[in-house]
Amino acid sequence: MKIGFYPGCSLTGSSREYNESLLAIAKGAGVELCEIEDWSCCGATAAHNLNKELSLSLPARNLALAELENMDELVVPCAACFNRLVMTQHELSEKEDLKKQVSDKLQMPLKNNIKIVNVLQFLEEHIVPRLDQLVKSPLTIDVACYYGCLLVRPQKVMKNERFEDPMLMDVIMQKLGANAIDWPFKTECCGAGFSVSKTEIVGELSGKIVRNATDRGAKAIVVACPMCHSNLDMRRPAINTYLNMKMDIPVIYITQAIALAMGLTPRQAGIQRHFVPVNLTVNR
Amino acid sequence: MVDKEDLSFKVSQITGVNIRECYQCGKCTAGCPVGERMDLRPSVIMRMLQSEDAALEEEILRSKSIWLCLTCETCYSRCPMELDIPKVFDYLRGKSYSEGKVNSESRDIVSFHKSFLNAVERNGRLHEMSLILDYKIHTWNLFQDVVLAPEMYSKGKLSILPERIKDRKGLARLFKYQFKKRKS
Repeated sequence: MKIGFYPGCSLTGSSREYNESLLAIAKGAGVELCEIEDWSCCGATAAHNLNKELSLSLPARNLALAELENMDELVVPCAACFNRLVMTQHELSEKEDLKKQVSDKLQMPLKNNIKIVNVLQFLEEHIVPRLDQLVKSPLTIDVACYYGCLLVRPQKVMKNERFEDPMLMDVIMQKLGANAIDWPFKTECCGAGFSVSKTEIVGELSGKIVRNATDRGAKAIVVACPMCHSNLDMRRPAINTYLNMKMDIPVIYITQAIALAMGLTPRQAGIQRHFVPVNLTVNR
Repeated sequence: MVDKEDLSFKVSQITGVNIRECYQCGKCTAGCPVGERMDLRPSVIMRMLQSEDAALEEEILRSKSIWLCLTCETCYSRCPMELDIPKVFDYLRGKSYSEGKVNSESRDIVSFHKSFLNAVERNGRLHEMSLILDYKIHTWNLFQDVVLAPEMYSKGKLSILPERIKDRKGLARLFKYQFKKRKS
């Protein structure tokens, strides 16, 4: 089985540690990820908000490339890219004529049937079954698993039965030895693409998430989306301004948590790239 | 009789969302993370579309709300009639933008999206540094995040040179024949 890999732009820049930790655990588990040759940006919220045509053709280009390389499934770790790719596939599967238009413009065939998986689905299928052997140093801390929007919604496409209280990440963290706390902000929005254009909104929305996780006793917030991570970590000054206090809770990617539990060094997991210092040695 | 020029008719026709099914329960507004900041709340916009009143429709296209929407999809997931409100907002944004009716307070948001697409058009992949510079130049927010950039760089989160895709021709073809480019 050939597992394709679409990193997306964030993973080559501001969320490089997400890429590093994902590749490190895949290697450790003996799973090969084949990066799509010459992949391009999915268009993100910008194309989605301003240009309907581009919001379909940019993701479709990557789907067509993955098909050309005979990939059986495509792993898309960025939740925003994942959403754009899945929504494109969904829309084009409903409208045959639109699919033809896009395919003509790409000048590439498009079957539009590749299985697209997000990081949690990938972990569940390929990594979780091997965790018993892989976990060398269990994480004995209380964590708040934060899913945000795009790993659970839109519900009709994601087909997630527990869209207000998803458990996939919680289950993985428990297997790593951590205690996943029960909290109400799991699927609240962090402010997403307003990081630059409306930073104060990110400060407020992410601030409420960080405050609740802290109040509930979590020692770290675990995420699976570059936008959620950069808003909760890099935008901590805006969060502190909104809350009028300094919040110390670190934010880690689920892939980093797995890497650490597998016994990889913090540097291999890319922990040193965070703005909020990470110290996970605090025992329960 | 239904007026074919009517916005609510077009919304229903293009998005497939039947506006008339909304019975104003208000769940979308209650759960909206930016509802408190909106000039017109989601359920109010649905009601205004139902009115088929041209003046109200104009007000929607010129509102801040359609640009404040984060497309978090919470409204859609909680709507008892399963109305795809984010899809309606997508359509309204496209129309507001192409008709030059973007609310003046929302121009930063639109500028950011435009800078983003400019950066992608140049290289095929987003280069964060180019995006930020393009955005600063277009909005005159020159001093925003000046402290952040060096720290991002020192942590290896900001690259100086962009990554470029090979298929430049194919990319250029996708960017052709799009919405007319507008001056902000």
